[in-house]
Amino acid sequence: MTTVWVAVVVASLGCYALKLAGVSLPASVLERDDVQRVATLLPVAMLAALVAVELFDSAGSLGIDLRLLAGVAAGVVALILRQSFLVVIVVAAATTALLRALT
Amino acid sequence: MGQESRAAIRRDAAAMAAYAGAFGASFGAVSVASGLTVWQTMVLSLVMFSGASQFALVGVIGSGGAGLAAVPTALLLGVRNAFYGVPLTRILGRRALSGPRRLVTAQLVIDETTAMAVGHDEEPAQRYAFWATGVLLFLLWNAGTLAGALGGSAIGEPATLGLDAMIPAAFLALLWPRLRTVEGRAVAAGGALVATALIPLVPAGIPVLAAAPIAVVAGLLHRREAAT
Repeated sequence: MTTVWVAVVVASLGCYALKLAGVSLPASVLERDDVQRVATLLPVAMLAALVAVELFDSAGSLGIDLRLLAGVAAGVVALILRQSFLVVIVVAAATTALLRALT
Repeated sequence: MGQESRAAIRRDAAAMAAYAGAFGASFGAVSVASGLTVWQTMVLSLVMFSGASQFALVGVIGSGGAGLAAVPTALLLGVRNAFYGVPLTRILGRRALSGPRRLVTAQLVIDETTAMAVGHDEEPAQRYAFWATGVLLFLLWNAGTLAGALGGSAIGEPATLGLDAMIPAAFLALLWPRLRTVEGRAVAAGGALVATALIPLVPAGIPVLAAAPIAVVAGLLHRREAAT
């Protein structure tokens, strides 16, 4: 098995195990206020970090593709205009594709 | 619960599932573009079945990270599903969570089903919303993934089509509702700054993990403020 297969299988089973744990644990543990608060904030911090990495990671060093940044900025405009998820990601991809075709 | 409210819930569930189908298609295309095979992509959608974790895994692999470095990131993003189990355990009741039924129920515990369930007031409607959304979404997410993965295989250069802009845009869209509060914005900014600062210093995958302590500190600090 390749490394990618190992990562796919381990991460998939792990994610399923987490779901199973959530519906198996006693409520007394997960209902603690501090545990709930951290759980709510965890995806916020990590998704924001992932966006930053997608935008600023250029093969392990800091770098930026302005056409990619412009596409994501166009997606943010769509978000502010309350467009659906699908519209947001299509606008982002289309803007980046258009800029790459032109430049 | 009347027939009318069941029909209304099914309509909402179908709309949610349709968007998930389109999202699944973009995942399929992005996954194949990141270097995964169609089979690997399908295992992710069938077994992992959690959009953020799936995008994270293929994102790290696609950006050149070692495959195994992507695993903790996907798992940490999947931790919130464990916490969704708490309100859902109360809503779904013992019968849905006894014996082998718990194995099926668990797989459907994700952002969308949780949001749909807690969006209703009475337990029968909450349960119906969970199951209707969960089943429809699972089917369309996987159908979409397959279509996107096969269609994506035909695409020569993903960057030309701007597909690489889809991942950050998708995560921003998922993150958006959380940025309404000052705390949400602060935690997001902190996570993004820490990750950016670490990009040139540590292996791929680690910068995203390094953002997790920000959430822990913010969560615990808030409690102390509330207590004093």
